[in-house]
Amino acid sequence: MSRDHVLHKVRTALSRSVGQSIEEAPPVRLSIPEMDIEQRIAAFCARIEALAGKTHRAASAEDARAYVAGVVAGRSAIASNATVLRDCGITALPGIETGITDADQLRALCATAACGISGADYALADTGTLVLLSSRQEARLISLLPPVYIAVVERQRLLTGLDELLSLLPHPAEQTSSMVLITGPSRTADIEQILVRGVHGPGEIHVVVI
Amino acid sequence: MSAAFDEKIHATLADPKLQLAVYTATGRLIEKRRKAITPDACPDYQELRSHANDVKRHTIEHLDYYLEKFERNVKAHGGQVIYCRDAPEVADFVLSLAKERLARLIVKSKSMTTEEVDLNERLEHHDLESVETDLGEYIIQLAHERPYHIVAPVLHKTREQVADLFTERLGVPRETVIEKQTMIARAVLREKFLAADIGISGANFLVADSGAVVLVENEGNARLTTSAPKIHIAIAGIEKLIPRAQDLAVFLKLLGRSATGQPLTVYTSFLSGPRREDEIDGPEEFYVVLLDNGRTKVLADREKRQSLYCIRCGACLNHCPVYRKIGGHSYPWIYSGPIGAILTPQFLGVTHEPGLPFASSLCGACAEVCPVKIDIPKILLELRSEVKKSEEREGASRLERLAFRVWAWVMRHPRLYEMAGVAAAALGPSADGGGWVCKVPFNVGPLRAWLSQRDLPPSPPKSFRQMWRQR
Amino acid sequence: MSARVSLFVTCIVDQLFPRVGMAVVDVLEHLGFTVDFPERQTCCGQPAFNSGYREEARQVARHFLDVFKDADYIVVPSGSCTSMIAHHFADIFDKEPARLEQARALEPKVYEFSRFLLEVAKVEDVGARLEEVVTYHDSCHALRELQVKDGPRRLLGHVHGLELREMDAAEECCGFGGTFSVKFAEVSGGMARDKIASIVRTGASAVVSADSSCLMQIQGAISRAGLPLRTLHLAEVLASR
Repeated sequence: MSRDHVLHKVRTALSRSVGQSIEEAPPVRLSIPEMDIEQRIAAFCARIEALAGKTHRAASAEDARAYVAGVVAGRSAIASNATVLRDCGITALPGIETGITDADQLRALCATAACGISGADYALADTGTLVLLSSRQEARLISLLPPVYIAVVERQRLLTGLDELLSLLPHPAEQTSSMVLITGPSRTADIEQILVRGVHGPGEIHVVVI
Repeated sequence: MSAAFDEKIHATLADPKLQLAVYTATGRLIEKRRKAITPDACPDYQELRSHANDVKRHTIEHLDYYLEKFERNVKAHGGQVIYCRDAPEVADFVLSLAKERLARLIVKSKSMTTEEVDLNERLEHHDLESVETDLGEYIIQLAHERPYHIVAPVLHKTREQVADLFTERLGVPRETVIEKQTMIARAVLREKFLAADIGISGANFLVADSGAVVLVENEGNARLTTSAPKIHIAIAGIEKLIPRAQDLAVFLKLLGRSATGQPLTVYTSFLSGPRREDEIDGPEEFYVVLLDNGRTKVLADREKRQSLYCIRCGACLNHCPVYRKIGGHSYPWIYSGPIGAILTPQFLGVTHEPGLPFASSLCGACAEVCPVKIDIPKILLELRSEVKKSEEREGASRLERLAFRVWAWVMRHPRLYEMAGVAAAALGPSADGGGWVCKVPFNVGPLRAWLSQRDLPPSPPKSFRQMWRQR
Repeated sequence: MSARVSLFVTCIVDQLFPRVGMAVVDVLEHLGFTVDFPERQTCCGQPAFNSGYREEARQVARHFLDVFKDADYIVVPSGSCTSMIAHHFADIFDKEPARLEQARALEPKVYEFSRFLLEVAKVEDVGARLEEVVTYHDSCHALRELQVKDGPRRLLGHVHGLELREMDAAEECCGFGGTFSVKFAEVSGGMARDKIASIVRTGASAVVSADSSCLMQIQGAISRAGLPLRTLHLAEVLASR
């Protein structure tokens, strides 16, 4: 059996025996800077804008709703089941499909929708990153198929960076089958190193911080 | 070196457009990396490298432990691990699963490992369509070529060449605007994503404590490949393991910056198992193929097993003056540049391309930029020694060996050395008018090679030791 | 100070660029050192080592160890030879404990020329004068294995009348690489031509380096291209008065 064969070769190569213990791994290295919430929001928005994403700091739920309505502008849209979207009244906007829990239905809607709207489980200030965990609230394809993507981030979920995320969430696999870090619009520079946005993933992203 | 290697190098050097393309593209990547690791952008860059080297060393030295841990955790989250000894076993697994599930269409995200095992070729003729979805890889697939660079597969192609390719293979009207070409590919591939039965990815990292596959990308095709189809197969070399999810803090920081100058790529996916019960979408089946294909051979060499630390960032390629001249297609195997130069002999044997370890000036730029601190020049030097030992066994390179034996003998005998020096000075070109020399009477061997490119210094009237004695 | 310094002049300087050797002696004596030249010296073994002939390299390296066993300091006008002695002797003697120990004992005494001036002689101004616009080529072994980067520039900065201009490709390999230069001549030649294009862009009339092998490669390409440029070893600049 290949498994035994490969493991045996590995052990032989390393002069190790079955079940042999290991030395301690080098300690984990996480460095978390001091950053107050205002600094975090400023850094977060600056990074996203630098990547040609758009940001909006919402003063209120209504403000957030209005911004999203402006982006959607009557086009077809699919919103995830994130609580924040409901609380802001975004899911109640006309033309927005939401509350979908069936995989096939979701996929069909995502494939044709102009806009995908989601919340975010976390966000990372130093890189302008959204962190989405696949769950009952958040489906994978909403932030992936529609060409325009809008994320609504609650400020208390904004972390300093990846180190802090991994410090809070050392075992993402316990929570979800898919944790995705989204940093800006989809892009490629494969042909002559010329940058093109919106290959496969959304080419236009909006992040609302509330 | 083999005639094939020589010819490929010569052909690349003789193509000014290609030279410019390779030089410019690698130059851009060099600059991007540089900006991302300045003290302002990344104050602890050197520390991160050291730490990454430590973690990789630890993992590789205890690889069996981490493989088993990884396997347990994949299973705990509902996935399956399949060990494959070699390329045919990988293909057999994919084919048998596809057959069982009546799969017709496979979408693939970028994976050098799948190129290593010639997966697409092996899947052909089995009533299975396997489509590359990374834009560069898609173009390469249409062109029936190998990727030119680890990170930038079509570095060598112009928009005109892409236009020709799309028209010829897709039947679309000729389009040379790059953005439009991209949209053409996007439209074609979108349909494939949504219709595919199986999604095959590689893995940038395998996380032992989570049973997770980490994928790093900018386009979104890896996410689609691993989210839309019902089955996800991740194919990865056994060396891709890291111990903990928290180690990603160091590795992701290094990978993005070293490869493309990005602190983080657009999408980083941390995938463990098929979708959970309460999740809305995602694959229903999750398989991780752990590939040997010669890695255990590399592992067995204490000095050279560090070759397995590689995180496939491509920085060594970008900074290598030789790669920048000879380009990715001159290399004999799928891995090019400095990392290719050390992996190829170890996987395929030193006799596969005996010239390869010598195709380096040992400048050390690769080691300087390697995020995991692989001592590539040291490994090249060891491989050179192995090539010569193998040649000795086979009775090859007799003249060269004899020359070095004589040379060593002379160098051990100072008076002989001096006499040889005097003789060479007498026979050699003299400094008439002080000029350097472009012709010699015995224009053979190394002299001929030297003179093909540059002039020779004239023999000075006295050697240093003669001048010293006469002070 | 009248400390004794042993000169390992290197075979390439001895046979092809003796003036570099004399310049090293000149600078060291000017600084008050007594220079000793062990006449039985030949080569460090690098050509064989780099070509994969470790046994032949070992034979030559043993001879080196014998010749220099009584040295207090060994000064070497070459980054690559210094690196061979200080770093790679340990690689080739890994199975000969006695020789390995000798090599290890020698390691702290071996200095590349510019590092000797800065770290042992502790000088930056050696009283040199040269009215010229020059640029500096960082030879790979010196740069990456011996961390020689600022040192030569500081030394050159104190040469009266000298203007140092940086070339954009200062750290790029000149393409010599020992037998690489003949085994992969076309690639090597291409690299040399890239280097001289970078030199030309500075407008300098000379290029300076700490390694004669690089200078041989670069000068060879300059001469073939018919350019009005010259090459100078760092020692030659520092010996100019």
